[in-house]
Amino acid sequence: MAEPAAAATTRAIGTPALRKEDRRFITGRGQYTDDLNQPGQLHAVFLRSPHARARIDSIDTREALGVEGVVAVLTGHDMAEDGLGDLPCGWLVKQKDGSDMVSAPHPPLARDVVNYVGEPYGLVLAETRHAAHRAAELVATEFSERAAVVDPAAAMSSEDIHTGVIGNVAYDWVLGDQAATDAALASAAHVTRLDLINNRLIPNAIEPRAALGVVDPATGEHILYTTSQNPHLERLVLSAFVKIAPEHKLRVIAPDVGGGFGSKIFVYAEETAVLWAARRVGRPVKWTAERSESFLADAHGRDHVTHAELGLDAEGRFVALKVHTIANLGAYLSTFGSSVPTYLYGTLLAGQYRTPNIFVEVHGVYTNTAPVDAYRGAGRPEATYVVERLVETAARELGRDPAELRRINMIRPEDFPYQTPVALVYDTGNYQASLDKALELIDYANFPTRRAEAARRGKRRGIGFSCYIEACGLAPSKLAIQLGAGVGLYESGEIRVNPTGSVTVYTGSHSHGQGHETTFAQVVADRFGIGIDDVEVVHGDTGRIEFGLGTYGSRSLAVGGSALVKAADKLIEKGKRIAAHMLESDVEAVDFADGRFRVRDSNQSLSFAEVAFAAYVPSNYPDGLEPGFSEKAFYDPQNFTYPAGTHIAEVEIDEETGVVTLVDFVAVDDFGNVVNPMIVHGQVHGGLAQGVGQALLEHGVYDAFGQLQTGSYMDYCLPRADDLPDFRVDTTVTPCTHNPLGVKGCGEAGAIGSPAAVMNAVTDALGVRDLPMPATPEKVWRALRG
Amino acid sequence: MKVSLSVNGTSHTLEVPANTLLVEVLREHLRLTGTHVGCDTSQCGACTVHLNGRAVKSCTVLAAQAEGAEVTTIEGIGSAERLHPMQEAFREHHALQCGFCTPGMIMAAIDLVQRQPNLDRRAVREGLEGNLCRCTGYHNIVSAVMAAAPRMTGGGGHG
Amino acid sequence: MYSFQYHRPTSLEEAAALYQQADDGIYLAGGQTLIPTMKQRLAAPSDVIDLAGVPGLDAVDVADGRVSVGAFVRHARVAADPRIRAALPVLSALAECIGDAQVRNCGTLGGSVANSDPAADYPAAVIGLGATIHTDQRRIAADDFFRDLFETALDPGEIITRIEFPVPRRAAYRKFPHPASRYAVVGVLVADFGDRVRVGITGAGPCAFRGTALEEALQQDLSTAAVDAVEVPDAGFNSDLFASADYRAHLIKVMARRAVEDLLR
Repeated sequence: MAEPAAAATTRAIGTPALRKEDRRFITGRGQYTDDLNQPGQLHAVFLRSPHARARIDSIDTREALGVEGVVAVLTGHDMAEDGLGDLPCGWLVKQKDGSDMVSAPHPPLARDVVNYVGEPYGLVLAETRHAAHRAAELVATEFSERAAVVDPAAAMSSEDIHTGVIGNVAYDWVLGDQAATDAALASAAHVTRLDLINNRLIPNAIEPRAALGVVDPATGEHILYTTSQNPHLERLVLSAFVKIAPEHKLRVIAPDVGGGFGSKIFVYAEETAVLWAARRVGRPVKWTAERSESFLADAHGRDHVTHAELGLDAEGRFVALKVHTIANLGAYLSTFGSSVPTYLYGTLLAGQYRTPNIFVEVHGVYTNTAPVDAYRGAGRPEATYVVERLVETAARELGRDPAELRRINMIRPEDFPYQTPVALVYDTGNYQASLDKALELIDYANFPTRRAEAARRGKRRGIGFSCYIEACGLAPSKLAIQLGAGVGLYESGEIRVNPTGSVTVYTGSHSHGQGHETTFAQVVADRFGIGIDDVEVVHGDTGRIEFGLGTYGSRSLAVGGSALVKAADKLIEKGKRIAAHMLESDVEAVDFADGRFRVRDSNQSLSFAEVAFAAYVPSNYPDGLEPGFSEKAFYDPQNFTYPAGTHIAEVEIDEETGVVTLVDFVAVDDFGNVVNPMIVHGQVHGGLAQGVGQALLEHGVYDAFGQLQTGSYMDYCLPRADDLPDFRVDTTVTPCTHNPLGVKGCGEAGAIGSPAAVMNAVTDALGVRDLPMPATPEKVWRALRG
Repeated sequence: MKVSLSVNGTSHTLEVPANTLLVEVLREHLRLTGTHVGCDTSQCGACTVHLNGRAVKSCTVLAAQAEGAEVTTIEGIGSAERLHPMQEAFREHHALQCGFCTPGMIMAAIDLVQRQPNLDRRAVREGLEGNLCRCTGYHNIVSAVMAAAPRMTGGGGHG
Repeated sequence: MYSFQYHRPTSLEEAAALYQQADDGIYLAGGQTLIPTMKQRLAAPSDVIDLAGVPGLDAVDVADGRVSVGAFVRHARVAADPRIRAALPVLSALAECIGDAQVRNCGTLGGSVANSDPAADYPAAVIGLGATIHTDQRRIAADDFFRDLFETALDPGEIITRIEFPVPRRAAYRKFPHPASRYAVVGVLVADFGDRVRVGITGAGPCAFRGTALEEALQQDLSTAAVDAVEVPDAGFNSDLFASADYRAHLIKVMARRAVEDLLR
């Protein structure tokens, strides 16, 4: 019998294993959605609104239909005729007065009105993309333009965009004790106040969204290949809400996906329309976004206007934090758009500190802009920005050292588990440890020397801190559903051990860059004492994986990985019974370690592969035990996980031009146990780049008419290699207390902590209270001129 | 119109409309889907290939302009068994995550090292300004290029 | 991209004839601006006339205090060519900061200059060095060439064949790139010809222009102090999301001062 090469004495967990998935990517053999084709496929091009707000008076498709190769022009009315439902918002937020949020209908294809530039209201199907484009230009649509509003604060006193949504307010949500917070602020020795804007970002995964719909008329099976972070959720929504096809006739496949950062969590109009159109015309239909469409119609991120107040006592201890935020939700509530500025934001306002009184009120507001939803960090970067800008400003106002003011307010290791005033219970952490390590790495003591040296070169040097916390590993299902989630947030995993002892793992998590094929293989290989090359990880196909909630909110390893541990442990228990029988021992006397089942206090043992083989060839086998060697498990977390850390940025500003250069960046993060440090560092680097991008370069800007001013890489500045320094990344470890791996999640930390660190450094260098992100040269130059 | 070109050492003659881009020839006619398209303004660099030995954005070259040219794509620089030193270095240094920008990044990096063998990290960053990556923060890409450069130019290492 | 007829003439005469016959012809050189514009369906020429097959447009000639660069010479070659680097290093340095490596491997001098993009780099060199634009029909002085936004003195169908740059005693180019597009928000080329100083400015206005006030000041006193004393009014300057007109006016002085620092070095 072939025995897989065992890594019997080396633990796979904790090693920087090279990625199994890389070989196909570096040789150009990845299979992304746009790489797939179906015989007879048509190409779709969407009709999109050129106006931010308008009534559609008429759509004349005659000339378009005359273009050679055009098969059909379909509109929102056609879709409605076929009985398709609206795109739902998956998280119902309760308002201050106890009522439900006001969710405006969101038809996948607009019918009578359009509410943002780029909103799809139809699609052209043609034999070639060129023909579809040509025809789309010839569709004559008459619009009656109406006044649009893009600023969320202004929207609250503008004409209602949606009938029945008064003042364009989707919800007025509160959390915390208002009276106690007001009282504590009133008696505080010092109150720091800031008005902050968290700039709108456009996610920009480098792979544009794409979809390929195929319907088999004989079986009724609908297959949708699409760029999704969570294919099962896509299937659930398309089936239960949009009602394209029943779940058992619908298969969603997310093959290699080229980055997501949140933007591919959501169920969008385009893939919905592509699958429906494929059925309607009886041919496969393919659509791939052009980048300009991504800018217009991918869900955007952030876009908050906030007033915040932090009260401190005479010793500098935080006594109260009060926050009011107006969150721009865009023209419609995207799949999780409602939850981001509420449960993923307000609940994080305690940060790392023992602030006893916190109150937050959030107005979620509709505007004539692209829907806003989760983008890397999702609510937590916004919360960190509020807390850490306030704390830094308070330190400056009081003449205190910003690191020490933080330190005296931090939750101490002995305080865990720590109940915050904003609902969460932090299970564990050591915030002082990451602060100390970061201070040492950046050589804080010698900052004045570096500042003086920079001044001699005509540069203003500044330093900025950010001690962030995030809640991830989404999420305990019961709690999430109580708070309004429309789905549970557990994860599923299945392990099939093949007769020869090699292993195929099926996970409901989805990798679009995170490296699950390696990390999850390490987790399973470690449990079984086998080599990671003997473990294959399968994900992204509802036809192969039982169920899943996908990948976002830094949840994959903490939740999906834990499900695999559960399944692995079931297999080990079964294996012990098989081994006990074969070795003529009691089950209780069999141990499993380093890939072998051993009878305690004897030299009798069986390898993992031998037991697997016996399970499939059950001759010498326990009576009553099912043959076969595969198990599955669902894992529902008991709590969020709470990664935390300290980020420190140093910038230099060219006084003549206002150019900000990030010259050093230290990140010390506590992600709990680390399975693959190489991958974890990579995740931090990527998150940092996006956070630095938010602080210095990126801004999604609409003009007053609702036209997107930053609709291409000519204007929207994605960080390039030469915009960034080498990052210095390190970790501290307090294992998560409530999942079997002790892991917390690392995908978003970089993007959560870094904007505040960079802006604290910029404002430090400039000597100003605030500067709205991004700190572009002209803004900085004007701030320097006073 | 008729276009003849050599791709990864194989000659092809194709009948294509005049408005066909080189990247469309590669992806749609030759099914070499390792070359990706990430933008429509010629900035992201995901479509980078070598045209007569120099890195170009294949989304900004007409197929007709490549008449008679030698084109090399990511599929043509190494194999799964025998990787190009740059491919190997990308893997060793975790210089890719989602993999979408990676083929263009590797092709641009090879061209960079060929033009400028003595690179420091700053020069690598500047030399790759034509390629966007949203996953890695570039840190490990820079490390990979630094590691590949001496191997490509025979300055040591394996590969 | 819309449909068009593609032509690859093998002589200037054939190219010009094709242009005359076309309803709405356009010449293709490196294509780094034209192709993206066509891809976005912002241009719909009936005929694309590729000048790649016309011999002689890629010549580089250095003689008698002049550097002649063929219209089809690509940016990467201008940056790397040892003769250009020796005779007119400022031109190589300028070429090295155009776009990115891939763009420089395709884009051409003639294509850039003929397009007169307000934020392109080469026009600063053409103006700042007082170049002569040679076409298939005539010679045009730099000062007469750039007319307005994407508008030049070229007649319809006229083809730039080469550009002749006088070699200054010393010169320097400083560019403030747009962080996203990497075009020049402002680019300033200062050239000292001994008897006169020329200043070419790109990025700030609808097309490249001479900084006459800076020239006069620097002619008197080639120093950074002279730059500081000049007023640069922002009237007529470009203003956009990234940079307002008065910020551009300020940047002209900063870039001019840095260019002067460089050339005095």
